[in-house]
Amino acid sequence: MRHWIEKQRYIIDFTISSLLRRKVKNFGLLALYTLIVFILASTMFFTYSIKKEASLILKDAPEIVVQKIVAGRHDLLPVSYLDTIKNIRGVAAVESRLWGYYYDSLVGANYTLLVPPANGNSADNAQSPAKTTVVEGEPGIDKSKPLFELNGAVLEPGTLIIGNGIARLRDIGKGDYMPFLTFDGNVVNFRIAGTLSSQSELVSADLMLITGEDFRKLFGIDNSYVTDLTVVVNNPSEIATVASKIKKRLPQARPIIRDEILRTYDSIFNWRGGMMIVIFSAAVLAFVIFAWDKASGLSAGERREIGILKAVGWETSDVIQMKFWEGAMISLTAFFTGVILAYVHVFFTGSLVFEPALKGWSSLYPNFELTPFVNLEQLTTLFFLTVVPYTVATIVPIWRAATIDPDSAMRFTGD
Amino acid sequence: MILHPTVIANLLAVYISSGMVLYAVYYGAQILKYWDIQSGHELQLVLERKTYLISTLLAYVFGLQLLSLFLFIFTADSLTPLFVGAMCAAGTLNVDAFGYPTLVLKIFSFILAGLWLVLNYADNQGYDYPLIKKKYLLLAFVAPFIILETILESAYFLNMEADVITSCCGSLFSSERVTGIGSEIASMPALPMMWIFYGAMICTLASGIFFYLKNTGGYLYAALSLLMFIISLVSIVSFISLYIYELPTHHCPFCIIMEEYDYLGYLLYILLFGAVVSGIGVAALSPFRQVESLQFMLSGFIRKLALASVILYAAFAAIVTYEIVTSSLVIAYEVVY
Amino acid sequence: MIELVKVKKVFNAGNPSEFSALNSVNLFIEENQVTVLKGPSGSGKTTLLSIVGCMSRPSAGRVKLQGREITSLPERFLTDIRRKTFGFIFQQPNLIKGITVLDNVMLPAYPLGEKRSHLRDKAMRGLAELNIGNKAASKVEWLSGGEAQRASIVRALINDPRIIIADEPTAHLDTKLSYRFMEIIEKFKAEGKTVIITSHDPLVYESSMVDRVVNLRDGQIEGEPA
Repeated sequence: MRHWIEKQRYIIDFTISSLLRRKVKNFGLLALYTLIVFILASTMFFTYSIKKEASLILKDAPEIVVQKIVAGRHDLLPVSYLDTIKNIRGVAAVESRLWGYYYDSLVGANYTLLVPPANGNSADNAQSPAKTTVVEGEPGIDKSKPLFELNGAVLEPGTLIIGNGIARLRDIGKGDYMPFLTFDGNVVNFRIAGTLSSQSELVSADLMLITGEDFRKLFGIDNSYVTDLTVVVNNPSEIATVASKIKKRLPQARPIIRDEILRTYDSIFNWRGGMMIVIFSAAVLAFVIFAWDKASGLSAGERREIGILKAVGWETSDVIQMKFWEGAMISLTAFFTGVILAYVHVFFTGSLVFEPALKGWSSLYPNFELTPFVNLEQLTTLFFLTVVPYTVATIVPIWRAATIDPDSAMRFTGD
Repeated sequence: MILHPTVIANLLAVYISSGMVLYAVYYGAQILKYWDIQSGHELQLVLERKTYLISTLLAYVFGLQLLSLFLFIFTADSLTPLFVGAMCAAGTLNVDAFGYPTLVLKIFSFILAGLWLVLNYADNQGYDYPLIKKKYLLLAFVAPFIILETILESAYFLNMEADVITSCCGSLFSSERVTGIGSEIASMPALPMMWIFYGAMICTLASGIFFYLKNTGGYLYAALSLLMFIISLVSIVSFISLYIYELPTHHCPFCIIMEEYDYLGYLLYILLFGAVVSGIGVAALSPFRQVESLQFMLSGFIRKLALASVILYAAFAAIVTYEIVTSSLVIAYEVVY
Repeated sequence: MIELVKVKKVFNAGNPSEFSALNSVNLFIEENQVTVLKGPSGSGKTTLLSIVGCMSRPSAGRVKLQGREITSLPERFLTDIRRKTFGFIFQQPNLIKGITVLDNVMLPAYPLGEKRSHLRDKAMRGLAELNIGNKAASKVEWLSGGEAQRASIVRALINDPRIIIADEPTAHLDTKLSYRFMEIIEKFKAEGKTVIITSHDPLVYESSMVDRVVNLRDGQIEGEPA
């Protein structure tokens, strides 16, 4: 056993010196390898941490959201539904929600207008059963901190509180006025009472808070209608039952369970992440072919070296071991460098390289910093997508190199 | 099909494994046909060189199989949020009919690949490659299982469909599927299983030590170690997991490899796999003790295998006992679980 | 010590370019003697040497080393025997560029996994004996021809082999260095080693310490019976 360990040490020493002796060739390979790991790792880190953010935010979404569907489309919901649902056993609370979209043709952006729930200001939200505004769960985050902080602003009739994305896009801030076109063609001016905190940009960049009255005036919605309802069900195993009861009593209602939203988002993110991996697989394939070529193309000098090794007493399996260590060292270096660079790229520079692709056509793009989230699953997947193909591609070339005849060293007679 | 990066990684791994095995079988067939150690003919030299390639390939396959076995469980666990009623990997594996068969086959292929490597090592110690034909016949036997595993795993992942919102009725199917996916694993009652486990362990260890000292009863030990392997797996589901989770109803054998339990499962499973491969290796090599070129080493090697197997099983039992003793869970065995 | 019976070596068998390097060679090498294989280029000297030195296998015939049949040994066994029994000195020093002399000299012992300090001492002693101890840490590119040759000799000796094989050792050496080389050979003989040399340098094969000269032509030995 000791011999085996000592032997590995010798071989590793030799491998390191051998790698350093051919810096140019190995550096090119290493750079490309690191790049591949970097791209894949960035993609994965980004997808996974957004997924995690989304699931954290959604975790405290209401258990059930009820919408009215007419001819397959989302319609305004009559307030009478509230009572019907309140009477269902298991329902702890029902709240109505008023929200909608407003298209601003000046900048080509869609704003989300939301009427904050009754006790919509900062500190009280912990008591509110309506869970649209509280973030919980992550250790270190203040339990009573609302989803979007109003920064001390107070929403009065005739005012708006806007998200940072809108503030940036329209270049407006507290005290400015913003004109809106109502449903019947009139112009209404709203004063900006404040902006939402930048911490919550991921969800609030395009958000505007407005009072209920103003909302109804703007969009022409009667008092007897709301956009949708949120239902609080305390016992998690009751949720499905309550949802089906809602459906039975209100045939036009569509109850959406929070877990379904989570699953759907999960699927979407998975799908997106997977698509990117598939697309990048072309790059990985190219890299693998390159690696195979590099491993097969032994220069005359390398051939001589292996010939000498075999002539002085190294066996084929010893040479294979040496080549294996070579591959392992290059792989490990590329893997760690790529992962670290990707980590910095995604979590410190906000995915600088991907930004144009991610932004797409959106005019309102949030400036957000993702919470670093890297787990073993991601690293293992990366390992399987990069190191394994590389290693497998080099098996045959390594074997070919290792089976060079020992007496080739003897036959080399001159310069 | 769920296009999750980890799913892609899994499929890639099994396809690569299959590819390597097929490649190895192709050359193995050549070796079976033309091998003649006595000949100094060039073809023979080429074949001898090829054996290095095949050994290297299969060593990689073995490593890959082990890693992908754990990755498979990992993936199943990470896909749980997508399925109604699935609580952990155990649930995800139930999503379609191929999940558990794939797992079983993966374990089986891994053990076979391990056996091949044991045989290969012994063969290499003989100066005339005495076991070469048998080795490549074994390879031809192992290959279909790995191919089958690939097919099953592909079917498993390709047939998966996440329970997502449909356009008309958000909760319709989830309320109709009230029972959800069975995340309960069928398990044997805990107390009798405990007796069986410890009883079998003592028999197995005794048999192994007896073989190590007296050099007879190798086949008995191999049979016992295989039996012990199965009993251990059943025991993990039946009572060992309860103590690790400190929960009398959590039988899942997969959650113990997760972070929350300090990845203990890896250690336990690796010990078990190592023990069963070396144990069965004893039976695989014993028929060849009379082969001339292996005379000087084979008996010693077989005994070392048995010893390794015994030590691994003992370590497993020790860790299990430690977990049971230090667990906060106390099972009152008057109630049958 | 080493016995070759009816040894044949054929390259590219079955092809139009098939060519027979050795044709039915019978040879017996005595222990503790200096044997020289002499012959023109193309006579199969190098092939014969490589078979004698367990570097390759004959296409037909038998090879015995100290009574043990080694003809059909698989590569790993052959290499093991070769590592422990033979030391090779090539025409070119064949040192690996970019690493030190000391590392080069220790190379053949790596697969044996000997303790590092042990190995280093052995290597340093060997270098000192041939008067290049001071060059141990230099890169091989800095050595002169003679020094390189001597370094490769130390390398050949690192595993204490009983048989030394040298292929055209004086081909790139001047007269003075060639004489020096022959002195080293004499030392080997005095230590009880067996030496086999191929050469067409008269300085070598006419030297007084040579016990036997074998003439090779067209893959066959002239005259000498086995």
